[in-house]
Amino acid sequence: MITRRDFLRYVVIGAAGTALPLTLTGWKGARAAASKNGPRWVFLLDTYKCVGCGLCVKACKIENEIPFEANVSRTWVERYVVTKDGKVYADSPHAARDGFSDYAVSLGDKGSRIIPPSDIDKAFFVPKLCNQCENPPCVQVCPVGATYQAGDGVVLVDRKWCIGCGYCIMACPYGVRFFHPVHHVAEKCNFCYHRITKGLKPACELACPFGARHIGDINDPVDPVTRIIMSERVSILKEEYGTKPRNYYVGLSREVR
Amino acid sequence: MVHGEIWTIKELFVYPNEYIYWSIQIVMYPFMTGLVAGAFVLSSLYHVFGIKELKDIAKFALVFSFALLFAAPLPLMLHLLQPQRGLYVFFTPHFTSAIAAFGIVFFTYSAIVASELWFVYRKHFVETAKRLKQKQDRTFGEAAQYIVFTVLTLGAYDIGEKALHADEKAVKILAGVGIPVAAFLHGYAGFIFGSVKANALWMTPLMPVIFIMSAIVSGIALCMFTYIVTMEIRKLLASRRSASYRGYESREQIKGVEVNVIQMTSRYLLLFLVFAISLELLDLVFRGYTAVKSWDVLRSVIYGRDFLDIFVLQYGVGNLLPLILFLWPRMTVRRAVIGVVLVLFGVFMMRWNVVIGGQSFSLTFSGYMDYHLPIMPTNWETYREGLAGALTIMAIPYALFLIFLRIFPVFSEARQK
Repeated sequence: MITRRDFLRYVVIGAAGTALPLTLTGWKGARAAASKNGPRWVFLLDTYKCVGCGLCVKACKIENEIPFEANVSRTWVERYVVTKDGKVYADSPHAARDGFSDYAVSLGDKGSRIIPPSDIDKAFFVPKLCNQCENPPCVQVCPVGATYQAGDGVVLVDRKWCIGCGYCIMACPYGVRFFHPVHHVAEKCNFCYHRITKGLKPACELACPFGARHIGDINDPVDPVTRIIMSERVSILKEEYGTKPRNYYVGLSREVR
Repeated sequence: MVHGEIWTIKELFVYPNEYIYWSIQIVMYPFMTGLVAGAFVLSSLYHVFGIKELKDIAKFALVFSFALLFAAPLPLMLHLLQPQRGLYVFFTPHFTSAIAAFGIVFFTYSAIVASELWFVYRKHFVETAKRLKQKQDRTFGEAAQYIVFTVLTLGAYDIGEKALHADEKAVKILAGVGIPVAAFLHGYAGFIFGSVKANALWMTPLMPVIFIMSAIVSGIALCMFTYIVTMEIRKLLASRRSASYRGYESREQIKGVEVNVIQMTSRYLLLFLVFAISLELLDLVFRGYTAVKSWDVLRSVIYGRDFLDIFVLQYGVGNLLPLILFLWPRMTVRRAVIGVVLVLFGVFMMRWNVVIGGQSFSLTFSGYMDYHLPIMPTNWETYREGLAGALTIMAIPYALFLIFLRIFPVFSEARQK
């Protein structure tokens, strides 16, 4: 007859014995995904060319089915106004969905402020989207592995596996993540992954009338985007966090957050 | 409406996608796990270090810790936007995430507390099961009780002197192992926050240690509070049912025990309170002294916008005032009650100031977000992420404790004397 002690021992050994191989295959699979061949998608953003029309935001919302009225967006445009006394005003009302048609700078829920043009030293627009970081903190903190980095560098979210804890939203220093108002899971820009994997351009790039946004493959030395990144003076956002962002900016000013 | 938009007021330059995503339930989560860990440490002070004065409260603290344990993961579940997928954390844990360890740490700790409880109360289980077995005409309630206690014995009916001695040894080992695991359970809750590099207020290696210290403080305080309340109820019962309640305790006897226990326990409370305050102040001083990029916005939050929450409510009412109350000579039960309630409030405010305070400034460092706690629940969202949801979480351990009292006779020790 089997004793209670033996029974418990067999249960523990059996459970451990089944769990271990399953875990190992999981790790192996994850390693294989991060291949070094093929493209590594990056974005090039020229702030000199951006006029803040907001067409990129509109196109993105339609293409990626983010409700138009919802105050969240996968991409947005920021306006910076630097006055002669050194003050910096910045805003992005409704993620600049409707463009910047008003001189008044939004102060959030506290109204807005009109800055007379004679007081302004400089003003410019900065488009933002997910940086598809080389070292993404959002992927690191996801407790269930629902967000992951594809082999081509793009960070994706599995809507069927996300538990909606919001840890990834907290971990992103760029504020690109939010909860999808319909699906109620974490959501972010993925460079229009469904398009770029078919050889198409992202919606925002196509919508931009001024050529301020370009996707590129940094592994392709003849890609015009790669050539600009390699040969001209470009900068990245919030380098101090060590996330190694992959969006490169031309003409970034020190006021940009 | 976007999640978080209801309770977030934005001011100045805030990124479009930023809202207060972690709200009251994430304040409740470290608060509840802190109470679990603290209550367990209090019980271990007796079991491991043999501090005899804590004997009465130790058993009580252990059972209460067990009741709290079941409530601890509930805030996390209520907070999830996909609660039905909560179990994925156990199915596919992604171990680079601090939250993924939750399953392992939590179940290890639960197992330790459950087995310690079993060893402590094994004699009682066996005796009750045997007594009910011999009884001829069992009522329905007694029959149910008989089944429950028979199962609880797990088939181990030996309560000879040797076996009981082995039990005691097991309790001691489990309580000893439990202390680091309890510290880990809560320290790792601190790690969840402390490791978020995007958040300037949260990111500090001191966070887990601060969390552990304040956890022990809050756990001891809650045990003292609940202990006093139950003792007061028993006193009331004792004076009602003439001089001798169930034939052995008078009102004065209970009172004597109560004051003695409270005095002893409050000394340990004070010790850990001083540790907690020192660490928090060290963190604050260090931030001001090093004054890195984020300090301008942090200073405006700490000394400006959240001054009332941090310096008046947390440090003043929640720390300084109870410190004076406990240090004042000739401790009375009434003063102890005021003291522990203030301490609990202070620890809650500390969690609040970490979780909500950490989200009250924008990632841009040039904008702010104000949190408006939903008071009246108008739908599921404002219930679970509002005052009502938080109060539900607070009530659950008490309901469980009342049930557990029927299985674990916390106060029997005094009766047997």
